[in-house]
Amino acid sequence: MKLRSHLAGRREAAGERAWRRLPGRAGGVLLAGALAAGGLAACGTSAAGSGPVTLFFYNAPDVSGATAQDAKACTAQSHGKYVVSYQQLPLASDGQRQQMARRLAARDSSLDILGLDVTWAPEFAEAGWILPWTGPNLQAATHDTLAPMLDTATWRGKLYAVPDNANTQLLWYRSDLVKTPPKTWAQMISDSEALARQHKPHLIEIQGAQYEGVTVWFNTMLASAGGSVLTPDSKNVSLGKPAITGLSIMKRLATSVGADPSLDVQMENDNRLAMESGTAAFELNYPFVYPSMKADQPQLFKHFKWAPYPQTVAGKPARVTIGGTNLAISRYSRHPQLAYQAALCLRNTESQLRNAIVGGLPPTLVSLYSNPKLFAAYPFHADILHGLQTASIRPRTPLYQILSITISHLVSPPGGIDPVSTERQMVSQLNQGLQGKGLIP
Amino acid sequence: MSDTARAEVSTAPVTTGRRRRAPLSEGARSERRLGWLLCAPAVIVMIAVTAYPIGYAVYLSLQRYNLEFPNLVKFVGVSNYQAVLTSPFWWHALVVTVIITVVSVAIELVLGMLLALLMYRTIFGRGTVRTAALIPYGIVTVAAAYSWQYAWTPSQGYLSAAFGNAAPLSHTGQAIGVIILAEVWKTTPFMALLLLAGLALVPDDLDRAAKVDGANAWQRFTRITLPLIKPAILVALLFRTLDAFRIFDNIFILTAGGNGTGSVSILGYDNLFNALNLGIGSAISILIFICVAIIAVLFIRGFGTAAPGANQGGR
Repeated sequence: MKLRSHLAGRREAAGERAWRRLPGRAGGVLLAGALAAGGLAACGTSAAGSGPVTLFFYNAPDVSGATAQDAKACTAQSHGKYVVSYQQLPLASDGQRQQMARRLAARDSSLDILGLDVTWAPEFAEAGWILPWTGPNLQAATHDTLAPMLDTATWRGKLYAVPDNANTQLLWYRSDLVKTPPKTWAQMISDSEALARQHKPHLIEIQGAQYEGVTVWFNTMLASAGGSVLTPDSKNVSLGKPAITGLSIMKRLATSVGADPSLDVQMENDNRLAMESGTAAFELNYPFVYPSMKADQPQLFKHFKWAPYPQTVAGKPARVTIGGTNLAISRYSRHPQLAYQAALCLRNTESQLRNAIVGGLPPTLVSLYSNPKLFAAYPFHADILHGLQTASIRPRTPLYQILSITISHLVSPPGGIDPVSTERQMVSQLNQGLQGKGLIP
Repeated sequence: MSDTARAEVSTAPVTTGRRRRAPLSEGARSERRLGWLLCAPAVIVMIAVTAYPIGYAVYLSLQRYNLEFPNLVKFVGVSNYQAVLTSPFWWHALVVTVIITVVSVAIELVLGMLLALLMYRTIFGRGTVRTAALIPYGIVTVAAAYSWQYAWTPSQGYLSAAFGNAAPLSHTGQAIGVIILAEVWKTTPFMALLLLAGLALVPDDLDRAAKVDGANAWQRFTRITLPLIKPAILVALLFRTLDAFRIFDNIFILTAGGNGTGSVSILGYDNLFNALNLGIGSAISILIFICVAIIAVLFIRGFGTAAPGANQGGR
């Protein structure tokens, strides 16, 4: 339903590629970690002589098989200390969050490692459901890791989860229709109008339905104009002029000939299908569209090119909203120290490379972007890395769900935006949400 | 015990509502005690599974209680109710719920009556007709809702294609229409079944006598059949109104409450499980409980003696 559903699609598309065996460079690191954890294993069942401890790893369903392979590889690398048991959460992200929240609120000790969407760490941390990362674990978690991803997993100055995979949108365009990709939104809309006058495919594909995706679009427009939803201390609403600038462009697109007639109900997958059907010239979407276009429309694929996300304000590079997954350790886990080790293994170089190639999910380890093994599957790796390094994050607060629902209700349908009054309404409704009062629609 | 008292007890009319309190005999008393003992397990189970959760929900509804903020839990009196009752989201959801309830129950009553008459009058293949009519009611609501959802999805569903690739689930009014359609399709057989039970109670002699007196079919239906099956109609209406007011699964699958199509139950669910706000969510649940109680009371008061639960002879 929400952001995560397309992850499955991406993994599925990429899953068709055969998995190649990769050298276990991180094996040594892990062995050292496992030795360090040796003393703690005493509290595990292994000390009682009943075999390795089982660690339950709850994450989004992954049809590509990469996550299951990660679990198997990490079990093998633990040398009998633990067995990672991969438990699939529901497909829709709301369902994933609800299941984990419900069980953690009940102090369920059968969850050890939790796959969290980038927007959940503050909530889980504030509720006291997940453990902070400290000492050598913290060092291992932050080394070589994308800074904006660490930002999403940080709450009240402490790191509460380790980034596993990241994601960002690029501008995808038809090079047979557009010679040079537009640099700004204004250029893109006028390019689209010019194509429409020539009766050529001209639509601009973006997520306009009333859901998380439209919140992401708004956040990208706002951050690219130099603003943010909340003040840095997450206590007050910021918005202001940059929000009005962003909202004006969203409204302008929605009322131009470039808008898809079904903009108001479109999500990532609808945009992909529209682009593949040949009616669109531009698409703002995640890289899963690339292997999909290659498989579905080889003719169009020849002209299917990418460029950095267009700028909101000319001359100011866009700051695209980051997506992805962080791994956290449950406070009610019976084996937290082993769980830290296992989580680090599940996101080590080997696992991330496998997830990128087999599962189609961009890594969070910066050095992987210069690994030639990644290039075949990610010809756009340089643009992705640049997008991720300059990414913006969604409002960091335990009340994120409430804020996101409020925002998506105000900016969708995008044609209904009135920049000044929408901004004003948003300020007052978000303030109410931050006080934890009132209802969500 | 005097003879007069004994006589009074034995001659007390069985049909009057309240009996005069009379001292019970030893045997009657022990029988009553045995009766209570036999009921006790059921009563205890009922208290455990209904009274306790309801009581706990009332308790939660008086707290500020967000799962994300375990340290901020405190007693806030009725302020959660104030927040709900002053929120436009609650009133919007209530209006949507009432529209869905009234429209779907009205359509179901008419269609259900037609179906019941059809099933009652059918001479051949009675069993087949009745079974066929009951199929929608036998299908799991969520499964049926998914098939409606696919049917109305543009470029996938046959219904969407039949209406020029329409996307009714993305428009508030049309989506509510689709929800009502799904409800009606699903529960008309239930309505028909209850009405059929009523029709079976109408003596054939009366119908024939009216025919002899020259009453036409419509007159016989409105003057003979309807008054006689009024209790069955009331039971059917009460059950369906209470059910329809608590509508959740159809909406959850079809629109998940998007675009202003959420019922009060969806609102309660979202606030409880999405916002993890136990205080507000419980307050919404209690308000739904009160609404349901009001509907039940209105039905029983409004329809007087014919209502289910009223004494047979009246007072």
